[in-house]
Amino acid sequence: MSRRIQQGGRLIDRAQRESFAFNGRQMSGFAGDTLASALLANDQMMMGRSFKYHRPRGPVASGAEEPNALVGLSAGARFEPNQRTTTTEIYTGLTARSQNHWPSLDYDIGALNGFLSPFLPAGFYYKTFMHPRPLWKALFEPVIRHSAGLGKAPTEGDADRYEHFYFFADVMIVGGGIAGLQAALAAGRAGAKVLLIEQTAHWGGRAPVDGVMIGGKPADEWIAATLDTLNAMDNVTLRSRTMGAGVYDHGYALAYERCEDAVPQARGPRHRLWRVRAGQIITATGAIERPLSFPGNDVPGVMLASAVRDYLVNWAVAVGKRTVIVTNNDDAYRTAIALHDAGEAVPVIVDARPDAKGPLPERARALGIRIEQGCGLSGVKGGKRVTGAQICRQSGAGAVIEEVPCDAIAMSGGWSPVVHLWSHCGGKLTWDDAQAHFRPDPSRPPIGHDGAGFVIAAGSANGEMLAGACLQDGDAAGKAAIKALGLKAKGGAIAQAEAEGEHPMMPVWLMPADATPELKMKIFLDYQNDVKLSDVQLAAREGYESVEHTKRYTTLGMATDQGKLSNINGLAALSQALGADIPDVGTTTFRPPYTPISIGSIAGEARGPIFQPIRQTPMHAWHSENGADFEPVGQWRRPYCYLRDGETRADAVTREVRNTRQAVGLLDASTLGKLVVKGPDAGKLLDLVYTNMMSTLKPGNCRYGLMCNDNGFLIDDGVVARIDDQTFLCHTTTGGAERIHAHLEEWLQTEWWDMQAYVANLTEQYAQIAVVGPKARTVLEKLGGMDVGRDTLPFMGWAEGELAGIPARVYRISFSGELSFEVAVPASRGQEFWNKCLAAGAEFGIMPYGTEALHVLRAEKGFIMIGDETDGTVIPQDLGLNWAISKKKDDFIGKRAQQRSHMTDPNRWKLVGLETLDGTPLEDGAYAIAEGTNANGQRKTQGRVTSTYYSPTLDRGIAMGLVLNGPDRMGEVLEFTRTDRPPQHARIVDAVFYDKEGEKQNV
Amino acid sequence: MARRRYSVFALAREALRYHAGWERAWNSPAPKSRYDVIIIGAGGHGLATAYYLGKNFGITNVAVLEKGWLGGGNTGRNTTIIRSNYLQDPSAAIYEKARSLYETMSQDLNMNVMFSPRGVIMLAQTEHEVRGYQRTAHANSLQGVQTEFISPARVKQLVPIMNIDGPRYPVLGGLWQERGGTARHDAVAWGYARACSGMGMDIIQQCEVTGIRREGGKVTGVTTTRGDIGCSKLGIVVAGHSGVMAEKAGFRLPIESLALQALVSEPIKPCMDVVVMANTVHGYMSQSDKGEMVIGGGTDGFNNYTQRGSFHHIEETLRALVETFPVISRLKMLRQWGGIVDMTGDRSPIISKTPLGGCFVNCGWGTGGFKAIPGSGWAMAELIAKGEPGPLAAEFGLNRFAEGRFIDESVAAGVAH
Ligand SMILES: Cc1cc2nc3c(=O)[nH]c(=O)nc-3n(C[C@H](O)[C@H](O)[C@H](O)COP(=O)(O)OP(=O)(O)OC[C@H]3O[C@@H](n4cnc5c(N)ncnc54)[C@H](O)[C@@H]3O)c2cc1C
Repeated sequence: MSRRIQQGGRLIDRAQRESFAFNGRQMSGFAGDTLASALLANDQMMMGRSFKYHRPRGPVASGAEEPNALVGLSAGARFEPNQRTTTTEIYTGLTARSQNHWPSLDYDIGALNGFLSPFLPAGFYYKTFMHPRPLWKALFEPVIRHSAGLGKAPTEGDADRYEHFYFFADVMIVGGGIAGLQAALAAGRAGAKVLLIEQTAHWGGRAPVDGVMIGGKPADEWIAATLDTLNAMDNVTLRSRTMGAGVYDHGYALAYERCEDAVPQARGPRHRLWRVRAGQIITATGAIERPLSFPGNDVPGVMLASAVRDYLVNWAVAVGKRTVIVTNNDDAYRTAIALHDAGEAVPVIVDARPDAKGPLPERARALGIRIEQGCGLSGVKGGKRVTGAQICRQSGAGAVIEEVPCDAIAMSGGWSPVVHLWSHCGGKLTWDDAQAHFRPDPSRPPIGHDGAGFVIAAGSANGEMLAGACLQDGDAAGKAAIKALGLKAKGGAIAQAEAEGEHPMMPVWLMPADATPELKMKIFLDYQNDVKLSDVQLAAREGYESVEHTKRYTTLGMATDQGKLSNINGLAALSQALGADIPDVGTTTFRPPYTPISIGSIAGEARGPIFQPIRQTPMHAWHSENGADFEPVGQWRRPYCYLRDGETRADAVTREVRNTRQAVGLLDASTLGKLVVKGPDAGKLLDLVYTNMMSTLKPGNCRYGLMCNDNGFLIDDGVVARIDDQTFLCHTTTGGAERIHAHLEEWLQTEWWDMQAYVANLTEQYAQIAVVGPKARTVLEKLGGMDVGRDTLPFMGWAEGELAGIPARVYRISFSGELSFEVAVPASRGQEFWNKCLAAGAEFGIMPYGTEALHVLRAEKGFIMIGDETDGTVIPQDLGLNWAISKKKDDFIGKRAQQRSHMTDPNRWKLVGLETLDGTPLEDGAYAIAEGTNANGQRKTQGRVTSTYYSPTLDRGIAMGLVLNGPDRMGEVLEFTRTDRPPQHARIVDAVFYDKEGEKQNV
Repeated sequence: MARRRYSVFALAREALRYHAGWERAWNSPAPKSRYDVIIIGAGGHGLATAYYLGKNFGITNVAVLEKGWLGGGNTGRNTTIIRSNYLQDPSAAIYEKARSLYETMSQDLNMNVMFSPRGVIMLAQTEHEVRGYQRTAHANSLQGVQTEFISPARVKQLVPIMNIDGPRYPVLGGLWQERGGTARHDAVAWGYARACSGMGMDIIQQCEVTGIRREGGKVTGVTTTRGDIGCSKLGIVVAGHSGVMAEKAGFRLPIESLALQALVSEPIKPCMDVVVMANTVHGYMSQSDKGEMVIGGGTDGFNNYTQRGSFHHIEETLRALVETFPVISRLKMLRQWGGIVDMTGDRSPIISKTPLGGCFVNCGWGTGGFKAIPGSGWAMAELIAKGEPGPLAAEFGLNRFAEGRFIDESVAAGVAH
């Protein structure tokens, strides 16, 4: 029976009760309890079910390494599956549910898998479920899927907020145990900017639990005093409940702070993700105890010895009435002694070593605790809870010598340094024979940009297992970091720690040493995934010899604890099976995060409307209020059309097109990219990036230009206006502004760095409004202020002045074939100008039009659209744009590429117009079918539709397309694909459907 | 040498003797002094090449050399999406060949590779994407690839956890391939390795090729960390390290090596049956049989060989996916990792002869070659066996770059997994 004992509990506040619910049952605990300690205090040992066999599971650990005791927390929009009870702090109102069982935790149908387990060894699914073939998808896989998975999936979005936070530190120290605190002292005293983080709510780590004395006083006192000192330093930042999650290149590190999770009343984010840039990182992350591999080591009530001690000392919880200790080292004796001191029964300490003689065993002996040397356990009685331990000789095959009744077993197989953060970015490990563990190899740390190491391990994370050595090592790490930063370390005494010395441990990877195959099938390595020793042996037998193969074949270490408890034991089992040394077998790769972190925290604040903020033109609000039906265009929203009462989208587009052709339309073209290119070499630059000649353009004139990439493909187009001798304004497509800006910068910075030309993106500085249609000039004239007459401002010219009192640049360019002026005004006056246009144009029937009308207008004129007629595989020559490719220039980007044989092949798909015979529009993306099939059995094609619309002007479907030798095949009728219908016939025609002579734009 | 067959009966038999009778899945021999064909790289593509050399051409004096452990490169790191809804004819042909071979792979290899045709949706979230996928659907209908452009309502029905009315990029439809899906990546590599070993081929792990021996413009063998090995023909199938290998063979490849990352959440009960790819916001997700949400995103913007990536890419991907699937916000990321992908300028692979006689190269699968493994192996085996490409590989030669005859898929898919 696990229960709260009367005295002790350094982390709980007995004055403050907290009530919570587990599986619907009300329970209570104290402030400072973790959910695990509170459940144990309520005699709730069983907390979950394992993954594969649905075996009963209780907590095995007391911290982040816990693989078993996972629950679902809260409900609805705050439901979280798979949370460790061992790291969850309780509060009044907390609700938790155990997982992976049906119908209940106690009675779980899935546990039937356990009876089948002889038939379900590692990788059984690779060997079966193959016949009959359709059954995999229809039956086997669904069944497997439903029995797999742990917690339930959340069903709602997340009600909480998350935050990202940036921090720069000279020294970041991860781990607030005594080594980390000492390192912080050393680094802080030298004046460095220090960040010290600790994953739990408490400072000091294991030392206080282990009864360490520092400077003659209990460790807690030294910890408190050290915290005072550190808090008094302005250059030191301390954060508890903050876990070092990952270490990345160049001293980048992630820290994961639990805010509201721990203190639900606090208003603020649930989690805060710290993105830290650190000069040096010290990992003082401690060590984790290893389980022992004996049969029945997974029964609820079998726990790490350190966890049993933690529950007792920190939370005043005795996990059993009678606790058997089984160990291969001295440290577990501390648990025995602590239990004994608290008046709890320790029937026996089973020590695998032939003789246990260190100071700790001696003390235990002196206290009258029975010790069995050279022994192990060959079985555990009980199913849902330990009821007895079967003692055997460690050296034998497991014959039971004695059965000891007990309700808890505390095991210790030695300690493994937490090397995750050290390893994330390439730090290497070395095998320590004496301690039988991997620890950081200081000669092969993660390397920064300068070739020097940037991570230092300290304390037990560095393989130091005694308190005194940890303090020394912490100090040394702090000073080493200071030195690496080029600062000067300051003196300062290191406190002396006293703790009993320890005699050597004895590596025990299998208990008993000659366990029979039957026993090996009861020895669990990975408790969550139900990987047994026999599974690892099977993997080795079948040739899965690499540790990565074994991991993947057996799923060892792939559970939510990522093998924190199982990896070394599994590795040892594998090397034994292979007859190889552990260091030669090596570890699997350590990957971030150290323990799982919420996806919400990684996504951060940018959710909903501010996930990729919407860019708005100065007239955006007006559009919204006036019926705009928006479409996303890059990061912008542009009105697709403006809906009036009772109109469909199609109605609106038709109205807008007709009105623009017949009267006057108004388009918000502000999203068009506006790049200013300036400098003595601006013309030279543009001659290289555009296919046509720009340097000869006269100030006051505009020219349509094409840009290709180095493969010769068309990537953007737009009108360039020469502002003065050294200044050009280049318009790009809406989607192209940033891309083309970056393209120009890349060439300038990497190839043409000697050119005196500079690029600035002015897209958002101007509101650009197109006034389009036969009445356009009349409207501008009514606004007044500038001469926009045919002769003063001819087609492809521009002028600067004022319109309606607003400074304006007016470009006489047309993307619709109509008389058209694009007016750029300062962004801050965009709305004002828009309003004035509407007012002035009212009598002429002015109406705004959206992107779809814009597309239809340009398609009627046969103007190409980047992204429709082009797709990254089209060269300007395919589009009949040879006229825009200068023959005089020596070079431009794409010129050489366009000379390659396939590019100059006369038989290419080229731009034409298409007219369906029945007048209905062709389908978007339809292909023109050709005769026969190719060598791969695919139907041959001879062209495709690039743009297709209903043309209100012609009252029929019109399209543009790329067709094999199209321009030479005018009048030919082709077959185009249709979805789920027979092909449609269309005739090849000229791509200009409207005003072929181009008279309208020239008036 | 033939392997004992895997079956439910074999499992039952072994259960009675603590599974002591299972034999090695593949042998681990020392290299012989010479082989007819050496394949460098025991990833999926290298192993499949060897398998089809044996199966289709009866060439079994073959060694596959692997510097680490087989399947440990991108084959064991990818997010296992299988689809063939490509736009360009040559791509659709080889990916559909591969997909159809996946359908029967478990039976062919006698190893359950868990090919699961759960369906793949590629979301359209801009008008431009809608038109792009409609085009792909038209192309696929002529290529013999079963796809369909579906409505937002249908998307929602297939993926109830999806938020199709996101404030930023509402779902406007999707390209749906019902017979696309996933498979168990490790099992694909293991299954081929086992089958190759069963045909008497040598799969030699921990054997890094350090040099390529040639004479008179022809390949004669390789030098390795386990000694010199002779061969008449050589296939280089090393993905992210193709540039390095080509240099040793005396030529250059138009390949850049970049880190691509993926991650998984903790396992949860089934909540999403199909694979979803969202190219506009750049992320994709499926749920593994184990219950983990398997998530992938984009490549780093700079060349490198460390199998890690920049964290901000993970952030971008998850931000996008939390928007698309709000329920994942309270799941936790369990593990993130990276692989080095081999990217060509047109994002299509290279299966080609090389300037070195007898030396063939298969690479450039970049971010999306898991799905191609059987088809690629099939085509590469034909190229090696005959010395000339068959129809599947014909368009993927190296000469296409010199001729400007690109097979550009970026048109159809921003994310090419
Ligand atoms: C994160 C990520 C997600 C992906 N997601 C998908 C997806 O969802 N769908 C999809 O279809 N594709 C995906 N891919 C791509 C896919 O993984 C690859 O295209 C494919 O696996 C490549 O297989 P391969 O056999 O060519 O290469 P690899 O599996 O990388 O094999 C190459 C092998 O060559 C070995 N090698 C290298 N140099 C030498 C040498 N000198 N000597 C000996 N051996 C050598 C390597 O060790 C390696 O084992 C993804 C890739 C990554 C990284």
